Amino acid sequence: MPFQSLHEKRAMKCQKCHNQATLHITEVLSDDQFEELHLCEGCANKYLLEAQQKGGAGKTGVAEAVREAEEGLFGQHECPSCGIKFVEFRNSGRLGCPNDYQVFREELLPLLENIHGETRHCGKSPRRLPQDQQTQSELIQLRGRLKLAVQQEDYEEAARVRDRIRQLEEGVV
Amino acid sequence: MNLDSMTQASGEWLRGTGPEADIVISSRIRLARNLAAFPFTNRASAHQRNEIEALLRERILRLEVQPPFDYVGLSGLTPLDRQFLVERQLISRELANSEGPRGVALGAQETMSLMINEEDHVRIQVMRSGFSLDEAWQDIDRLDDLLEQRVSYAFSEEFGYLTACPTNVGTGMRASVMLHLPALVLTKEIEKVFRALQKINLAVRGLYGEGSRASGDFYQISNQVTLGKTEAAVLKEIREVIPTIIGYERKARATLTKESRQALHDRVSRAFGTLRSATMMTSEETMELLSAVRLGINLGLLEDIGIPIINELFIQTQPAHLQKLMGAPLDGEERNSARARYLRSRLRENGSALN
Repeated sequence: MPFQSLHEKRAMKCQKCHNQATLHITEVLSDDQFEELHLCEGCANKYLLEAQQKGGAGKTGVAEAVREAEEGLFGQHECPSCGIKFVEFRNSGRLGCPNDYQVFREELLPLLENIHGETRHCGKSPRRLPQDQQTQSELIQLRGRLKLAVQQEDYEEAARVRDRIRQLEEGVV
Repeated sequence: MNLDSMTQASGEWLRGTGPEADIVISSRIRLARNLAAFPFTNRASAHQRNEIEALLRERILRLEVQPPFDYVGLSGLTPLDRQFLVERQLISRELANSEGPRGVALGAQETMSLMINEEDHVRIQVMRSGFSLDEAWQDIDRLDDLLEQRVSYAFSEEFGYLTACPTNVGTGMRASVMLHLPALVLTKEIEKVFRALQKINLAVRGLYGEGSRASGDFYQISNQVTLGKTEAAVLKEIREVIPTIIGYERKARATLTKESRQALHDRVSRAFGTLRSATMMTSEETMELLSAVRLGINLGLLEDIGIPIINELFIQTQPAHLQKLMGAPLDGEERNSARARYLRSRLRENGSALN
């Protein structure tokens, strides 16, 4: 049977709305698989009730409910540059790369509003024009490919990727 | 660079000079910046973190500043030396305790430092003695401009400077002023001040930042918002609220002097006496007593001793500083005895209680 434990944890935002998360639920899916949820009281009650109702449906009922809930809210889409999922950011509080601000823009907007009371930068900007978003994203992906190529000892590919990185970085860094 | 040479002197920000220096210890601004072409530090591979460190170190050392920066790689340092840099406020505890390629570039008189591979790729910091936010901003703005000519920052029109944590995005600026507020603590009015500050979105922290207790009655007031307000607007908010707090502290000092001068005088003299004669001193008690002495000097209750030496002792009696001064690692008990010995020797040369 899936097992639920409720425990207090440090301040965090609810994953389903933007209230303070007060309940933290660890779903034990199997011996070595866990899933963590951070919810405010209202959303937690709703979640637990739904889980209970689905409980009779079989062994994976709760886990499925969790997955459905998560997919419905954030999707499982990840940043093509750094591979981070929004759920991972929720748990750690740290984004993976500059590109995430575009990839998760919709999810981040209410969060930014909550933290800063504003969602648009106003203040200093670099005098030099920064690289456009696409170049930034491509560079991060290329570095990932370079690492992989080196690991797999595919030096031809590594050399190609390195040239492309150099090309993009010319006059950039 | 040789960290031991830093032990004897104190950083510029502890000089005890500058505007309102009896209450305002220092003003500090930090900017969080990231390179556009890399994942943030926490998601970068060991190889990428090496690249980030090498690239930034090289660019920073080539900046046109006089004198040039000194670079200290953190992985090569002992835990003691890392703690030493934390105590001097040159690096964060997070940088000291994390792992992998990371370091800090130190500028003249320890007023400028650039942490590399902290939560963000670069954290630029400028620190000044007294209430000098504007000067600190001018310095850091110029330094940021210089660095920006050599690297490509992660920046978007919409969200500003992009940071690993969304609480820093936008200006990436955290400005803070460190205050010594012993009278507001004694009169128990300090809580009221905090509540008022929180209402206007300013944070209050202890001497060593996030999560640290306000030991020695030191408090750092800083902005929380980094998005949607210009740097100038944020600095103005802090600049405007600090004189009010200074005013409260002065009023509390006046009340204490007027209504309980004798009790206050006794407290200050006992603190001074203990510091000059005890044979075992914990770090905590030292902070508390030095705070009372500092207040006593500012109220004219102690003579022949200056604020700069007391400011210095706050730092030099911290565990890592003490061990470096003694030239040997010391366990807790040995430290308390060495600390008392050091305080006695420094304070016997100086000062006398006013009769």
